[in-house]
Amino acid sequence: MKSKILISASALFVAAACAMPVVQAEDSLYLPSMSYRTGPFAGGGTPFADGYADYLNMLNERDGGIGGVKVVVEECETAYNTQKGVECYEATKGNGALAYSPLSTGITLALIPKAPVDQIPVFSMGYGLSAAAIGEKFPWTFVYPTTYWSQMSSILKYIDSNGGVAGKKIGFIYLDAGYGKEPLPLLEQLSESMGFELAKYPVGGKEMQNQSAQWLNVRKDRPDWMIMWGWGAMNPTAIKEAVKIRYPLDRFIGNWWAGSHNDLQAVGKNGKGYLAANFSGIGQQYPAVQDILKHVVDKGNSKVASREAVGNVLYNRGLFNAVVLAEAITVAQAKTGKAVINGADMRYGLENINLTAERLAELGLADFTGPLKGSCEDHEGAGAVFIQQWNGEDWEKVTDLIEPMTDVVRPLLEDAAAKYVSDKPDWEGQTCG
Amino acid sequence: MEWLSASLEAILVSPFRDMFSMPDFLLQVVWEGFVSGILYALVALGFVLIFKASGVFNFAQGIMVVFAALVLVSIHNMGVPAWLALVITIGVMGLLAIGIERVVLRNLVNQHDAILLMATIGLTLVLKGAGQLFFGGEPKSMITEELGLPTGSSDWEVFDGIVIFQHIDVAAAGIAIIMVMALAIFFSKTRIGRALRAVADDHQAALSVGISLHQIWAIVWFASGIVALVTGIMWGARSDVSFALEIIALKALAVLILGGFTSVPGAIIGGLIVGIGEKLFEVYWGPLFGGGVEAWFAYVLALIFLLFRPQGMFGERIIERV
Amino acid sequence: MLYREAGQFKTSYAADQAMLPIRQDRIALVLLLVVAFLGVPVLGSDFFLSSIMIPFLVFALAAVGLNILTGYAGQLSLGTGAFMGVGAYSCYKLATYFPDTNIIVLVLASGVFSALIGVAFGLPSLRIKGLYLAITTLAAQFFLEWCFIRIEWLYNYNDSGAIEVPQRMLFNIAVTGPHATPTTRYLVILSIVAIMTLVAANVLRGRIGRSWMMIRDMDIAAELMGIRPLRSKLSAFAFSSYYCGVAGALMVFFWLGSAEVEAFDINHSFLILFMVIIGGMGSLTGCFMGAAFIWVLPVIIRAIPPFFGLDMLAATTEHISNIIIGSLIIFFLIVEPHGLARLWQIAKEKLRTWPFPYASS
Repeated sequence: MKSKILISASALFVAAACAMPVVQAEDSLYLPSMSYRTGPFAGGGTPFADGYADYLNMLNERDGGIGGVKVVVEECETAYNTQKGVECYEATKGNGALAYSPLSTGITLALIPKAPVDQIPVFSMGYGLSAAAIGEKFPWTFVYPTTYWSQMSSILKYIDSNGGVAGKKIGFIYLDAGYGKEPLPLLEQLSESMGFELAKYPVGGKEMQNQSAQWLNVRKDRPDWMIMWGWGAMNPTAIKEAVKIRYPLDRFIGNWWAGSHNDLQAVGKNGKGYLAANFSGIGQQYPAVQDILKHVVDKGNSKVASREAVGNVLYNRGLFNAVVLAEAITVAQAKTGKAVINGADMRYGLENINLTAERLAELGLADFTGPLKGSCEDHEGAGAVFIQQWNGEDWEKVTDLIEPMTDVVRPLLEDAAAKYVSDKPDWEGQTCG
Repeated sequence: MEWLSASLEAILVSPFRDMFSMPDFLLQVVWEGFVSGILYALVALGFVLIFKASGVFNFAQGIMVVFAALVLVSIHNMGVPAWLALVITIGVMGLLAIGIERVVLRNLVNQHDAILLMATIGLTLVLKGAGQLFFGGEPKSMITEELGLPTGSSDWEVFDGIVIFQHIDVAAAGIAIIMVMALAIFFSKTRIGRALRAVADDHQAALSVGISLHQIWAIVWFASGIVALVTGIMWGARSDVSFALEIIALKALAVLILGGFTSVPGAIIGGLIVGIGEKLFEVYWGPLFGGGVEAWFAYVLALIFLLFRPQGMFGERIIERV
Repeated sequence: MLYREAGQFKTSYAADQAMLPIRQDRIALVLLLVVAFLGVPVLGSDFFLSSIMIPFLVFALAAVGLNILTGYAGQLSLGTGAFMGVGAYSCYKLATYFPDTNIIVLVLASGVFSALIGVAFGLPSLRIKGLYLAITTLAAQFFLEWCFIRIEWLYNYNDSGAIEVPQRMLFNIAVTGPHATPTTRYLVILSIVAIMTLVAANVLRGRIGRSWMMIRDMDIAAELMGIRPLRSKLSAFAFSSYYCGVAGALMVFFWLGSAEVEAFDINHSFLILFMVIIGGMGSLTGCFMGAAFIWVLPVIIRAIPPFFGLDMLAATTEHISNIIIGSLIIFFLIVEPHGLARLWQIAKEKLRTWPFPYASS
């Protein structure tokens, strides 16, 4: 009996190993979606993946795809785990993947060196390696529309315009991992040049829901402003702790991963006043979102939890990710004259993307975000964010787009890119202009 | 030599100076530590109950906390009133206890400790998968108000400053104390409780006087399921209900080492030592190491403690024979 | 019929003590190695090599490491992930300091650091036993994880806090970095794993290995019979951590290409423990079976719904595979606590007597 089990198990092994590669039809545009609907960060990964898939499916339904070619979206579950992410990459790259949005700093770092070799661009939208904004050094990586460093400078500009930063004390509470530590070099430099005092409060990845010690330190140090680089369960916990020590929430700014509906719905009314950076529009009022409701959600082809969840912060961010990729495909199709493109064409499309205000309106996304223009040197684009505020029930946009301090950030980015490349003798950059 | 005296001062003198220069703040730190200590103690209590009665080191206690809270919140979100959801959740925990006893424990009688521990690790995976499959993996907020738990906070003016007490934390402490007392009465006064202690002392002797081991095991798993539910509600109210809580529950293992695997008062005192100790260490000494020391403080404390007293504070002396 | 050792006579002590006394086993091993070294690289797709075989070998090596400590020496450890991390970070540092040294030498050397740390955290095992020890290994896990974040020197003050693998050549072929083909990486890993497994098999049946097993079976009795607990327990920790360290270095250098602390977290400690349990405690073959099972099973589960044309959410299959693996662990502990290795052994016994199972022995 047992040996029978063994034999049938091994037969299954072999069968599965043979059945693995799923071959895609030749006449389609294949965009894998590295989603994470499980694990500690599932709360953020789920709406993002929904928005991403729904927009592309809407294009299929409404326009018959992009340039007449259907888009195939295949989800692969990463659970925010680097190993699973790399596995997803290996499993799907052979199917003609056009671009990857890895959605985790760890996976992004693992894919950046692979991108030029496999000729598939990595589009890490505002996350991952900030230095990848330097197009000369990272031809295959794109971080539109912004980097962590640019955003930090925009947030500081916001603080500066609300009472100044000079002589103030700014607290920085962050997830104690690559993601949270990324902006530290910029903060340290700016604290000298802008004359503010910096207090750091790391929150361990295992301690996200146990932050009272950090907030006790905040209470002791009494910083004038708090900035948060948080994610997942860390965000609602931090806001609750801030309420507990009676920290004024309108002096507490999260980055664009610390300001979603999921984070604040857990806090509810108590979170009123909390600020967060964002770069994608909020709500369902955009015609493109209405089209999604009409063509995808109402037909029951969406995985979204409820109709109301369409248009929330992370849903729209996933949507924006898909918009940039779809636009890059359009650019690439226009250039090559082919309807079905490959990774190298996609790279051209991403590099030459130009989402003007008119083009955004054409796509049904007027005022959704700032104009975005890429170039050979600049893989970051505009870099601007706006600040939104929680009114107890929903997010409200409270500022216009705030430009980053490009003059400070760009040299830092260039240094970081040079450093990244320095110990890789045969790294392939590109020359521009 | 200068750096030596400077660092000695930073480690040995200035933290204490900070403590006494802001006594109200020190009190607040101790209170926060006390509250998280209570929560660690509650998780540890679940471990102790099971270990005492069945010798199983229940690694799944952490996930049971998450699972219980998740069931409660999800049932309520389906439109069931809070009290009914609570009752249903208790029922689910009861079924879970019976199921675990039937499927797992009964078949593993008399196995080595490590095997039992690993079986509960397997159980952890099952509960994790099932919880996410049925209720979704995204974090949910605890139904604090619906359950009639207090919200808001009060101030206590002392030493020219204030100490803020969250009502929910006070309630957590109160409920924990009530629960420990109830368990103590249950153990010493009721028939089942006494049978439980008999089983803990000697399985075979208990069997020979007609106590059903199966029944007792199901009961202790149920009891620790209830403890898990209470812990889940309290911790969920402090942050939210998500699977990330599971890792925090691992700290209860360190608590167990301090308190001993078989002692209920040990679990409580161990919990408080870990809770208060780690907050004091993080707030006053943490900045010296760049912060984040809470992640390992409890375990390293337990490690050092073990070197001097391997059986824990209240554990029974270990006697080994060949 | 095929698997029967009748007629194979041992004429010397050396032959009697051979690692594989049965001729068929030797042939099978040679065949297996031929398939692994020639068949798999030729026939396997890139995905098969880089996402199934390479992780499988890395985890199998780590499982060998943990099995030495837990299965053979009886010391339960939950710190495997961190020990793998020590290996990975030391290999990274070594590669920065000695850019021209052969990368294989560096990988093997990095295990030494892991062994040293392992011994340091193994010291409490002299006073602490069983479950208590398991919890102290958690101290190693969490403390080391914290070190990997806080000590910036370990990752060369990199802004992203991750270690990135530089490209290294061996005989003018790229073996690490993005240009290394899956086949090269696979062959390097396979060679290291094969040799290290052979070494482990010999250590385990030698004097040190037998002293570990005595400690496992009853430490006081072993002590009374003249085994020094200090030496055997610490050597078990050193050996085990060395294997885990090399596995960690291989994982980062030949598989992932870059790693954050997250790659060495407690979940990996558990993952490898599962492999050891399911494979079989105290069996080297079991390590490979367990690693294959735990790593390949989710891949299969993911492949099943599309196979039947079902559109299942990626996350759902993930949850289901969690449930299945958890249940299987419990199932194995109940039905066959010695794991897949034991099943394999039973199958071999059956084969020896087939087709007349009641005829003899």
